Amino acid sequence: MRVYAICVYLFLYMPIAIIALFSFNAGRHASQLQGFSVQWYGRALKNPFVMDALQTSLMVALVSALLASVLGTLTAIGLQGMRGPVRVIFDGIIYIAIMIPGIVIGIATLIALVTVFDQINPWLAALWPEASEAPSLSMGMGSLIAAHTMFTMALVVVIVRARLSSLERDLAEASADLYATPFGTFWQITLPLIAPAILAGFLLSFTFSFDDFIIAFFVAGSETTLPIYIFSSIRRGVTPEINAIGTMVMLASLILLIIAQLILRREHKA
Amino acid sequence: MTKRERNWLLLLPGGAWFLIMLVLPLTVVFIFSFGERGDAGGYVPAFTLEQYANLPARLTAFENTMILAPIGTLISMLIAYPLAYQLAVNTSRKWKTVLLVLVIVPFWTSILIRSYAWIYILGGQGIPNLLEMLGIEGVRLIYTPFAVLIGIIYGYLPLMVFPIYVSLDRLDKRLLEASSDLGAKPFATFMQVTLPLSVPGIATGCMLVFILLMGEFLIPALLGGGKVFFVGNALVDLFLQSRNWAYGSAVAVTLIVIMLVTVTVYMRLISRLNTQRDDVSIM
Repeated sequence: MRVYAICVYLFLYMPIAIIALFSFNAGRHASQLQGFSVQWYGRALKNPFVMDALQTSLMVALVSALLASVLGTLTAIGLQGMRGPVRVIFDGIIYIAIMIPGIVIGIATLIALVTVFDQINPWLAALWPEASEAPSLSMGMGSLIAAHTMFTMALVVVIVRARLSSLERDLAEASADLYATPFGTFWQITLPLIAPAILAGFLLSFTFSFDDFIIAFFVAGSETTLPIYIFSSIRRGVTPEINAIGTMVMLASLILLIIAQLILRREHKA
Repeated sequence: MTKRERNWLLLLPGGAWFLIMLVLPLTVVFIFSFGERGDAGGYVPAFTLEQYANLPARLTAFENTMILAPIGTLISMLIAYPLAYQLAVNTSRKWKTVLLVLVIVPFWTSILIRSYAWIYILGGQGIPNLLEMLGIEGVRLIYTPFAVLIGIIYGYLPLMVFPIYVSLDRLDKRLLEASSDLGAKPFATFMQVTLPLSVPGIATGCMLVFILLMGEFLIPALLGGGKVFFVGNALVDLFLQSRNWAYGSAVAVTLIVIMLVTVTVYMRLISRLNTQRDDVSIM
């Protein structure tokens, strides 16, 4: 049995190890090892396309994770006090958001936004004093952030609600009995208690957004995120440079995940 | 401001976001699926069932998905179960968490990077090259259904292990002792006690993996090389290459309907098989 477990772990980690190994390849051929070198890391970090894509990815991940954490937490708290149809509708929407394949969300968002923009843009042009200077809405970083926020917000709601429902209702009531205002109760009692769940939700949202390829592929317009860059590079053939980028990306996700795990773990113990 | 008003206010921004970014797009896809293709692509309003009548044109994609997704789910389950069992029953408390986290971590790192690693392993310089050294020549692995199958098992195995682990970990170990005290052999104990009690975990794992597999695009795109494609690949082709929004929407709606029907039927079956309910959650 133990041997079996080791085999499964090998299966899970061997491909990751291979990418890391080949990223240190001195030669330019992707599939033949020719000595050790870190040159590809240097090249990747100096490649302006990679750096642009990285910047876009970080920006999108940061903004959408922040928005998702704030809006998701508000939604979770609002739902806590709700009964009846509103709650059922929200539960249904969150279930759909998580269950519908990313590819369908990407496509649906693309055609809906393109259609809506096509309707709005002539109006903007007509209403603007100088028609040629009128802003025109198009797919890009805004639509990408909006789409990632939608999905990750659903994740945050699920995580924060789990924490809220395990909280002692008595605490908030005691606080109210001691003449704390509802806002004071929230600020001093509820928020500190759900903070670890919000933080974990933020980190998971960030990781999701940073790693997402399929939604971004449709809604990013002319923007290139790091996964989109990696995908289109692989289509042209795997290079040691892509392996170096992949290794760095996985290392970064790994660190974020370990932090999220530690936070959730501490919360369980508290 | 009453408590009720306050709750509404709290739900407003999130609700509006879901409305614009989820409900509206899905509604648009549904409406478009009854429309027609414009001359230059895109969508022309109409009410016709033509797109749905045309679905057989993409039958191969649906067939591939409906054959490889269940097979992938089943094999993942068969691989995951012994591992979950080992972790839940035969591992000391100290190692349990570490080993479990090690299983889950790959799932949360980029599926794109993890999948393309298999291009190396299955490609010409990988396993076929090793086999050639052993004297077995002409083996082709990459861009075959087998490669796609390996990719999906590899990608979704962590998601299968976790729920099964949870159901086995919750199992009262005294039941196993009782069973063996009553003279049952280990295998009989497993078949009559452990396995039935872990059915909810198996069911959850299979459903999660199956749902995600139905919408898969990346793994067939990278490892199927255009020869083995899923509905997801057909969708990308329809929306980005041929720009046939109406037909693409019909394909997307059909995919969602198949998913909903499968999941509903499956849930019914499982709850009939096992009246005992157990809540299993992921992470």
